[in-house]
Amino acid sequence: VRICVVGCGAVGSLFAANLARLDDVEVWAYDASQPHVDAINTGGLRLSGAGEVVGSVRATTDAQELPACDFGIVATKTMHTDAAIAATAPAFADGYVATVQNGLGNEETLAQHVARVIRGTTFPAGKILEPGHVQWDVKGDTTFGPFGDTPFEAVQQLADACTRGGMPAHAVEDARGPQWRKVIFNASTNPIGALTGLTHGRVCERPDLRALVSGLVDEGKAVAGAQGIVLDADPEDLIDHAAKPEVAYDHKASMLQDVEARRPTEIDYLNGGIVRFGREHGVPTPLNEAIWALVKGVEAAWQQ
Amino acid sequence: MAAAAVTRICVAGAGTIGSLLAGYLARVAEVSVLTRREEHARALNEQGLRVTGRGDFTSRVHASTDPGELAADLVVVACKGSDLAPLAQRLSGHFDGATVMTVLNGLGAEDVVGAHGGWPLLSSVTFMSGTRHGDAHVEYILDTATWIGPYRDTTRADAQSVADLIVASGLKAEAFDDLRPAQWSKLIFNATVNSVAALTGLPHDPHFAGEPLGPLVHALVDEGKAAAHAAGVELWEDPWEMNVLATQRGHAHRPSMLEDVEAHRPTEIDLITGALVREAEREGVPVPLHRALYALIKAKEASYS
Repeated sequence: VRICVVGCGAVGSLFAANLARLDDVEVWAYDASQPHVDAINTGGLRLSGAGEVVGSVRATTDAQELPACDFGIVATKTMHTDAAIAATAPAFADGYVATVQNGLGNEETLAQHVARVIRGTTFPAGKILEPGHVQWDVKGDTTFGPFGDTPFEAVQQLADACTRGGMPAHAVEDARGPQWRKVIFNASTNPIGALTGLTHGRVCERPDLRALVSGLVDEGKAVAGAQGIVLDADPEDLIDHAAKPEVAYDHKASMLQDVEARRPTEIDYLNGGIVRFGREHGVPTPLNEAIWALVKGVEAAWQQ
Repeated sequence: MAAAAVTRICVAGAGTIGSLLAGYLARVAEVSVLTRREEHARALNEQGLRVTGRGDFTSRVHASTDPGELAADLVVVACKGSDLAPLAQRLSGHFDGATVMTVLNGLGAEDVVGAHGGWPLLSSVTFMSGTRHGDAHVEYILDTATWIGPYRDTTRADAQSVADLIVASGLKAEAFDDLRPAQWSKLIFNATVNSVAALTGLPHDPHFAGEPLGPLVHALVDEGKAAAHAAGVELWEDPWEMNVLATQRGHAHRPSMLEDVEAHRPTEIDLITGALVREAEREGVPVPLHRALYALIKAKEASYS
């Protein structure tokens, strides 16, 4: 099986390096960063932290170098989805493309370029330490499900490979539950970290801030409920779990990392997505709108 | 308080606003300045207080860190909200017979000061702005007015006499029968604009009246107006219109709360948004967005350490 990770940032690297441990899987990585690609090709893709892995991965910044692949795993930031899949789509002419990205709307974007899409949601997290080297902060499960007409067997095959590689994954018929669970988790915590500068654990130990998080969660749940989506777990429980010292107390949300580096955030696909779906289904989301506006304001301030 | 009696004024807390008041009032009265730091007092005593911008002069003031050394008919408390409680404590037992006027953002400063002594109290809000260029140099930028009203054991006439003195000194001031309508207009404006600026890093610019922040600013103003209405206050000015006008001036003001956050200093959030949330709570008016901003700013302060 040949698998190409599209967007080999922190999360993409976790998939690429772990899958490369399997004898029956050949792993490619497509990424925009030349130093990262060069480092991977020279010394392998290295993970430290929650697991120590060095994966043999073939990396490229040139989509035309990609061979035909059985699976794609798209892990770019959401605002880069369209450009990344437009470039790499020929490699997936006979394959399946899964998203493990944050936010809402990625499957629809992929489906504009490739025929067979797999909905996915993943919980592991990390950060790039240096080219070719990723800190694995948090272990976690991944859920895959068919999008559109994608056959379930293909979803199972990908989930099986990930699980055997050390990235536990489940195949389910309707993966919207886990997806919305994660979107609600991220939309309710990431921007709070980004706006305050606090780690996940410190956000959760401030009662008034934790109450704001719950207000955001409640709006997200109402929007999911209005669409008939059954969450596979209560985001509240996951938020509290992640706040434990041994889990992700010290984790800086990816959006906080983005803000510190002055990179565009995923706010449009998180809180912005909840607001959009809320409007479509007549569910008011004033707190998500407020948080969306504040983070857009943060981004606007960088232009000055 | 007899109007004619105001010949000696002590400005307690000489930040930007306090320095502007001290510098100008020294042209029409005997002005002393109560400072927290010795070197601040020394700089003022040695160099005088230089005013630039809309003015260009240097005033002689007597400064000290010891309130016992200073005497006054009028004490003007012009510190930052986060410095108010310790400053009020230092005033305790001093300035017998004086009237105390607070010039702070938000609500509740009068009560904090009033708890430390039985002085007659005036409340005021100021819309002027400036920049402090050092302990003994302040630049006067926006020449908008200071509004004064009676608070405890004072009358409109007392407010008027202080306003007259300020006007005579070259600044703008007006007296009111009841300051609350103006105070609440400014409270809602500051609670909204200052905290949004501090969280986003944006100066008060057109983003606040259009995209992406206009709808949020409008919703915050509406929450504040509902609280004011429930408290029986008829606003002096519409805070949304104040917001729109201010963003059209061409010069984007950097609210002090933004400067505080960038310098990792404590903010005035408790006296501003905190006061608004407390008043709304007392009236049973939900203010979820202000509550959210309050929690975010408090958390941002916590992130300094």
